[in-house]
Amino acid sequence: MAVLTAKPPVRRSLPQGAARRAVGRNLTAYGFLCGALICFAFFSWYPMVREVFLSFQENNFVDPAKWVGFDNFRTVIEDPAFRSAWLNTAAFTGLSLVIGYAVPFVLAVVLNELRHARGYLRFVVYLPVMLPPAVGVLLFKWFYDPGAGLFNQVLAVFGLPPLAWLDSSSTALVSLVLVSTWMNLGTGTLIYLAALQSIPGELYESAELDGAGLFKRVWHVTIPQTKLILLVMLLLQVVATMQVFIEPYLLTGGGPENATVTVAYLMYQYAFNFGDFGGGGALGLMLMVVLMVFSAIYLRVSRDNEGGR
Amino acid sequence: MTTTLQPRQVLEATTPAPATRRTRKRKKDKGRGYETRSLVSPLALQSWHGKLTYWTVLVVVVTGFTLAFVFPLYWMVTGALKSPEEIAQIPPSFFPKTFDFGVYADAWNQLQLGVFLKNTIVYAGGAWLLTLAVDVTAAYALSKLRPYFGKVILALMLATLMIPPMVLLLPTYLVAKDVPLFGFNLLNTPWAIWLPAAANGFFIFLLKRFFDSIPRELLEAAEIDGASPMRILWSIVLPVSRPILGVVSILSVVTVWKDFVWPLLVLPETDKMSISVGIASLSAQMPQNVLIASLVIASLPTILVFFVFQRSIMAGLTAGSLKG
Repeated sequence: MAVLTAKPPVRRSLPQGAARRAVGRNLTAYGFLCGALICFAFFSWYPMVREVFLSFQENNFVDPAKWVGFDNFRTVIEDPAFRSAWLNTAAFTGLSLVIGYAVPFVLAVVLNELRHARGYLRFVVYLPVMLPPAVGVLLFKWFYDPGAGLFNQVLAVFGLPPLAWLDSSSTALVSLVLVSTWMNLGTGTLIYLAALQSIPGELYESAELDGAGLFKRVWHVTIPQTKLILLVMLLLQVVATMQVFIEPYLLTGGGPENATVTVAYLMYQYAFNFGDFGGGGALGLMLMVVLMVFSAIYLRVSRDNEGGR
Repeated sequence: MTTTLQPRQVLEATTPAPATRRTRKRKKDKGRGYETRSLVSPLALQSWHGKLTYWTVLVVVVTGFTLAFVFPLYWMVTGALKSPEEIAQIPPSFFPKTFDFGVYADAWNQLQLGVFLKNTIVYAGGAWLLTLAVDVTAAYALSKLRPYFGKVILALMLATLMIPPMVLLLPTYLVAKDVPLFGFNLLNTPWAIWLPAAANGFFIFLLKRFFDSIPRELLEAAEIDGASPMRILWSIVLPVSRPILGVVSILSVVTVWKDFVWPLLVLPETDKMSISVGIASLSAQMPQNVLIASLVIASLPTILVFFVFQRSIMAGLTAGSLKG
């Protein structure tokens, strides 16, 4: 992120007597910092280190931990759910991108053209984001109900056969993607909207004078002008959706037949259902490595951007 | 302090604070004349063909958004009013036949929603206070006092934003269960929520960026007058930082309120659960309409907050992502 943007402090060379003042200033500063340092040390920095230890150790939290090398990884990889978990996570992310990435952009482009009801539309699209995720998920669980559920009733109105939604391995994952997209669509839409508003109107004007139609203007002006935010959002969304947990936890419990087990959910199961924190740690570390790749690209992209400004 | 009035005026003119930038843009949107054009030229909208297309699109979008985002909420609120028979009936009724608010009372009593709500208020409120205390002082120290290694510390804090919280779930849980060096067990205590919430690199980043924009001369003048760093923070920095403090406050409260996984792990006792976890864990035993009523109750606070603080929430959203 913006680590490098802060201007370097002007280091005035200190006169002889001022050394004591500098020490005093540092002591004060660290006094102010100590709360944050403690919180970060215990709840961010140390857990990162602990994560690595966890995944290479066998630990019952009573006896001293034992180094077991890659044993935890072997256990996890040999689990039949392992393959499904990664495939499902990838599918979930991919599907979320198809719906949850393209749709907000289209919505934002359309919203940006509307001159009426802007406040209402903006408010409404962000409403689901404000719901506690547990509420959103449980609400959809009721909608998905194969009997009197709202969705099957709507299908019936159009003369379509009811779907099993969460109960069939072919539709369960898509159902999870739908909930998650519904809950998170607003964020992307509003961010794109903000980005669209900074595009200079002259660009559209000159493109139009050159004879560019509506879609050509979108393709040659809107998309290049928002390229960076599109890329940033892509990376952020990959990182966010790959951590999916609450939807499988509350809706399907990973079923039917492992169709909705995700890596994060499997990690939780290992630790809290099987009592195997080593295996859970190994899964967490694998997920961390994958996500770090995307985070690193994100960091690179946003830094390049700031250099260019 | 006589200086408190002046800096705010200076700041309003000079700071690119996300909150103020947003309001300025809005005002321009609301003005009559649209001097800036977008994808579709104003001229194209003048023709009857253009007008027809515009109004068609508008109607479709407004209807679509209402159906997609408001209707589910309407269905939730009215669903809770229906009797168990009505809720299971096919086809469903659009308007509830009875307006029996007793279901809400049932939800409140049977699910001990009062306890869950009180817990959640304690968790969110405490997290808010601790976050402000910890992150404001840290950002102030990093921005204005500039200690040695300050940049390294800031970099380490921002680096935590790169690690998704989910992958650190297990080790962080183990810390909360048995804090290293101290050996405290924070499970089932509010501290398990408060302390991790305060370690927020994003808030420190937002606050530091705002503090950086406060003119140095102002603080130096106060320093010459003999004000201590604490006094400077309290009497100069905080009053001019109201917009960003508002954004951070709302974001921190809403984040804790919405969180699910972490409270699920660290507050396993039923009496200590937050409202999201409480409802989810009791959902299986409840009649459908009671459960839905409790969903409504659980979502009311965040929706109300959104109604009131819309602008700040959206400002925080764009502040976070456009210049991440």
